[in-house]
Amino acid sequence: MSDQTEWNYSPAPESAKQAHISGRYEHFINGKWTAPKEGDYFSTTNPANGKKIAEVASGSQADVNAAVKAARAAYEGPWGKLSARDRGKYIYRIARLIQERAREFAIIETLDGGKPIRESRDVDIPLAANHFFYYAGWADKLEYAFPNRKIASLGVAGQVIPWNFPLLMAAWKIAPALATGNTVVLKPAETTPLTSLKLAELIAESGLPEGVVNIVTGAGETGAAIVNHADVNKVAFTGSTSVGKLIQKSVAGSNKKVTLELGGKAANIILDDAAIDQAVEGIVNGIYFNQGHVCCAGSRLFVQESVFDEVMWKLKRRMDTLIVGDPLDKNTDVGAINSKEQLRTIEKYIKTGREEGSEMYQTSCKLPASGNWCAPTVFTNVAQSSTIAQEEIFGPVLAVQTFRTVPEVIEKANNTPYGLSAGVWSDKGARLFQISSNLDAGVVWGNTYNQFDPTSPFGGYKESGFGREGGLHGLAAYLDM
Amino acid sequence: MPDCTLLSPPFNRVQSISRRRFPGKVRLASGQQRGENRTRSGLVPVRIFPLIMKTKSAATARYDISCSPPVDQVGIAERAQRFTTRSIKTGAKREGLLKVLNMIDLTTLEGADTPNKVRQLCYKAEHLHDAIPGLPTTAAVCVYPPFVKVARQALGSASPVKIASVATSFPSGQGHLDHKLEETQRAVGDGADEIDMVISRGKFLAGDYNYVFDEIAQIKEACGKARLKVILETGELGTLDNVRRASDIAIHAGADFIKTSTGKISSAATIPVTLVMLLAIRDYHFQTGKMVGMKPAGGISKAKLALHYLVMVKETVGPEWLTNQWFRFGASSLANDVLMQVAKLEDGLYQAPQYFSKD
Amino acid sequence: MERLEVLKTYKLYIGGQFPRTESGRYYTPAGADGKPLGNICQASRKDFRNAVVAARSALGGWAVRAAFNRSQILYRIGEMLEGRSAQFADELIKQGSTPAKAKKEVAEAVDRCIYYAGWCDKYQQVFSSVNPVASCHFNFSVYEPVGVVAAIAPEENPLLALLETILPVIAGGNTVVILGAEKSPLSSITLAEVLATSDLPGGVVNILTGIREELLPFMVNHKDVNAFVASDLSNDDWKTAKEEAVHNLKRIIRRKDVISGPESPYPILETQEVKTTWHPIESSIAGGSKY
Repeated sequence: MSDQTEWNYSPAPESAKQAHISGRYEHFINGKWTAPKEGDYFSTTNPANGKKIAEVASGSQADVNAAVKAARAAYEGPWGKLSARDRGKYIYRIARLIQERAREFAIIETLDGGKPIRESRDVDIPLAANHFFYYAGWADKLEYAFPNRKIASLGVAGQVIPWNFPLLMAAWKIAPALATGNTVVLKPAETTPLTSLKLAELIAESGLPEGVVNIVTGAGETGAAIVNHADVNKVAFTGSTSVGKLIQKSVAGSNKKVTLELGGKAANIILDDAAIDQAVEGIVNGIYFNQGHVCCAGSRLFVQESVFDEVMWKLKRRMDTLIVGDPLDKNTDVGAINSKEQLRTIEKYIKTGREEGSEMYQTSCKLPASGNWCAPTVFTNVAQSSTIAQEEIFGPVLAVQTFRTVPEVIEKANNTPYGLSAGVWSDKGARLFQISSNLDAGVVWGNTYNQFDPTSPFGGYKESGFGREGGLHGLAAYLDM
Repeated sequence: MPDCTLLSPPFNRVQSISRRRFPGKVRLASGQQRGENRTRSGLVPVRIFPLIMKTKSAATARYDISCSPPVDQVGIAERAQRFTTRSIKTGAKREGLLKVLNMIDLTTLEGADTPNKVRQLCYKAEHLHDAIPGLPTTAAVCVYPPFVKVARQALGSASPVKIASVATSFPSGQGHLDHKLEETQRAVGDGADEIDMVISRGKFLAGDYNYVFDEIAQIKEACGKARLKVILETGELGTLDNVRRASDIAIHAGADFIKTSTGKISSAATIPVTLVMLLAIRDYHFQTGKMVGMKPAGGISKAKLALHYLVMVKETVGPEWLTNQWFRFGASSLANDVLMQVAKLEDGLYQAPQYFSKD
Repeated sequence: MERLEVLKTYKLYIGGQFPRTESGRYYTPAGADGKPLGNICQASRKDFRNAVVAARSALGGWAVRAAFNRSQILYRIGEMLEGRSAQFADELIKQGSTPAKAKKEVAEAVDRCIYYAGWCDKYQQVFSSVNPVASCHFNFSVYEPVGVVAAIAPEENPLLALLETILPVIAGGNTVVILGAEKSPLSSITLAEVLATSDLPGGVVNILTGIREELLPFMVNHKDVNAFVASDLSNDDWKTAKEEAVHNLKRIIRRKDVISGPESPYPILETQEVKTTWHPIESSIAGGSKY
C-alpha cells in the first residue's frame, strides 16, 4: 500500500436539484411579478458552461417608474406608518428565510455567477443572512446610533449592485435601507440577477408590505433610469470607479444622498518578520478568492526583499494546490470568470503584463474545455509604473513588487488613486500598527485578509468611493441628519 | 555527555538579525523551460544552503532557536478549517481509507497491558478485517518496552507490521538521561523497529532548548538503525510558536518522525497543531532535501477526520508523504471506524460496531 | 492736530506667510458706509494652487499631532481672539453689523473656539467603535482626517461662520484652504493675524480673499484636494461642485445650519474618513497536563 499516487479528489458535485429556477422572471414591483412594459427579456447564462439558465425581464424607464412609484407609495403608506419594532421584525424574518433556504441560494449563486460552491455556501449566503439579522436589530435603536441628533429616513433608495457578490451586495444595500425606514428599488447586475429574484420570492413570503422592496432587472440603462429618477432620494452604487463617477455627475444637480463603493488596487504588504506561511494564505485569500472579482482584492503584493524568495516559493506551491474548475464541485477553489467580457479584460491585462516585461507564473491546473476560465496568475518583475500594478484587473492576477524599508512601502502602497483596503503582515505589533495607520485605506487587515462581518464598516478612501456599509457607520448612509 | 554551552553569540546574532532563515534560492530544474514540464509544484529547489546549525560533532550540532519563524494561530486555524471542507467521495474515499489503515500505529499503552493483550493486538494489525479481502496491515504496533519481545515473537521477522516502542520515561519524560538511553537501547535490542520518545517539556518550557536538543540527539544515537519518533506533547507546550520551535529542534536533532502527543493528556493531536509541524517538515525539506515523517497521535478516532489529515498532508508537504514511511496515525480506535466506512463502500449499508473485532 | 491714520495693507495668508496675490489684482468691496473697505487681494487660481501645496505639506505634521496638542492650539486661538475682540467688533460694524450684534458675534466666535478645542481629543473617543465581529479578530473603526480641505466661508456672519467652517475641519487633523466672505473680507484677514500668533503651524489654515465665482471651479476640480466644504452656494454652484468633484471623487460637504445650528461635534465627522482595522486574536491551544 505504499503506492505513491497523487491521491486526487474524486468529483464531489453539489446537486443542483435543490435549486428551483423558473424559465422566465419578471420584475418584482409592488409585491407582484410584473411583466416588462416593453416586453423585452434577456438571458442569464452559467459562466461555467455558457448554457442559458433563465430569461429575465429587461427594465425600461416605464418599469423603473412603476417601481419607484410603488416604493414611494409604500414609503408614504404602510412602511412609513409601521413601528420601528415591527420594521425590525420583518427584517429578522428575511434573515431567517435566507438561512432556511441557504442551500438553494448557494447553488443558484454558483450557477449564475460562477463562484465556487464552497464560497457561496460558506461565505456569501451566511454573510447575507447575517447582514439582515444584524441590521434588523438596529431598526428600533437608531436614536442610540447618533446621540443628540435629529434623524429621519430619506425616502426611496435606488440601489445598483455588481455581479461579484450578488446576494451579499443586495443584503448590504437592502438591510440598512429598511432598518432606517426607507423603501427600495434595487437592480441586480445583468449577469447575476437570479439570487436577487429569489430574494424577491422570499420577501413576498415574508409578508413585507407591498412596494417596500422592488427589484427591477436589466443592464446599465436600467440602472441609470433608477439613479436618475426624480423621485429617488438616495442613490447607493457598488461597481466600477468609472460608472461611479458617471453617477455622481448625473445626480449632481439633485439633492440625492449618494454612497459609492467603487474599485480598488489594494496593497498587501509582507514584512520580513511575518509568519510567512499564514501570510501566503492571506495572499491567496486576498487575490484568488472569488476569482479575484473582489473590489478589495489584495492585487498588489509588496514583499520585503529579504524574504522574497521564500514567499514566492511558498506562494507558487500553494497556488498549485488550488483546484480550478466546476464551480458546483465542493472541492473547487477557483471557479469560472463571471462573463466572457470580463475574461477578455483579464486576458488583455495578462497580455499587457507580459508585453511590459513582467515575469508570469500560472498554475498548471487543467481548465475545463467550455466556459470562462483563467488560471491563478502571478507576475513578478513588476514596477510601480507597470499597467498591471496600476489598474484594477478584477481577476485572479497578482502583481508582486519588492521593497526594502517601511517608509518606502507606505509610499508605494499609497501611490494610487484608490484607497479601499490594504493588508499588512508582521509579527511586530508596533510596526504593524504604524503601517496600518499610515495607509490610505478604509479597511486594513493586519495579519489577515478579506475578512467580512456585518458589524464591520466597509468602504473606501479617495477614488474607491465614499460612505460606509456595515456596522453602525453604515446606517448614516440611509438617514437624513 | 555533550557540551551544553551556547553557540557562540556572534554566529547566533547574525543569523537572527538578518533572519535569513530561508536562504534557499529557487530555480527551475535543469533542462526545464518556464511554463512547461512543470513538476507538481512547478519548481524544485536545487541549491542547498548550510543549515542554521553549527556543527561541532554530529550529535551536538544545535539548532538556533531564534530562527524558528513566528506562527499566527488564527491563520493556522483558518487554514486547518479549510482542509476540513474538502469533500472526499467515492474512489478517493476508498483509496484514502485504505491508506489510513496502512498508516496506523495500532497502539496499546496501558498500565493493564499483558502479553496476551499485545499478542491480540499484533494479530489484529495483520488481520484488520478478513471478511473484506485485500485490506492492508497497519503500519506498526506501538507498545511499552517490556512488550517488545512479545510483539516480536507474535509478528515474527517477516511481518510488514513494524514494532514501535515508547521509551524515555514515557509519558512524562521525567527521568534521568542515562536511564532513558538504556531504556531505548534495550527496546531496540529486543527487536523494536521504531522508538517513540518524549521530549523533556519541563526543560523546554524553562528555556533550556540545548538540553532538549542534546537529549534527542543522544537518543537518536542510541536508536542505531531504529527510526526515531519524537513526541513533542504539544498539549503541554502552550503555544503554536512553541510547537514550531520544538519541531525545529527535534528535526535538526535527528528525528525521523515528529509526533504530536502521548495520547495521555486531554489535548492531543489536532489539525492546527499537525499543520504547524508539517510546515516545519516542509521547510526543512526545502532547505536540505531530507524528508521527515509526521505522526499525529491521540484524539483521531473517526475516518472522516483521518481523511482530512490526509488532505492536509497532500496539500502541505505533498503527496509523496502519503505513505506509512512518512505519515502515521497513532490511534487505537481509529482502525475500526475506518473499517466500518470501507465496509459501507463495499455493501452500501451503514455498519454497526459489533461486526468488527475489538482487540 | 489730528494724527494721520496708518492704513493697513490687506494680504493673503498662505503657509504661515502673508503674501500679496501673485496676480497683483485687488477688489474693493464697499463697507456699511458705502466707502470701500480697502484694497483687498483678489486671489487667483495660482494663489489657490500655492495654498493647496502649503496645506498638503502641513498635513503630515498636523494630522499626527497629539489630539491633546491640537486642543491646546485651538484654545490658544480662542485666547488670541478674545484679546482682539474690539478690533473684530469694529470690523464687523464696518462691514454692516450693528454694535450689539457685532459684540455678540465676536463673543460667540471666541466661545466656538473653546468648544471645538475641547472636542479635539474627545470626538474619537465618542464616535470610534470596537466592532464585535463573529470571527477571532479584534476589529475597530477609527476616524482619520480626509486630508486637504478647500472651503468657502459663508457671506453672513463673516467671523463666526468663518470659524464654524474652519474649526471642525482642523480639529479633526485636516488642513484647509478657505476663501473668506467676498463682501466682508476684513474678518478673515484679521483672523489670519490671530492664527499666525496662535501656535498653529503654518499651512494648517490658509486664507484667501477674492471672488467666489472665479475661484470655485478650481477649488472643486483640484485633484490634490480631498474635500470641499461650503454652505451658502447657489444650486447651480452645488451642481458644478459635485460634477467637478468626480475628477478625484472629492468629498463634497454641504454644511447646514452653520450660523443658527446648535453646537455639535458632528461637523468634525464630515471631514473624516472611517478606517476599520482587523487583527487576529489568538486563543490558547492547550490545557496542560492531566495525569
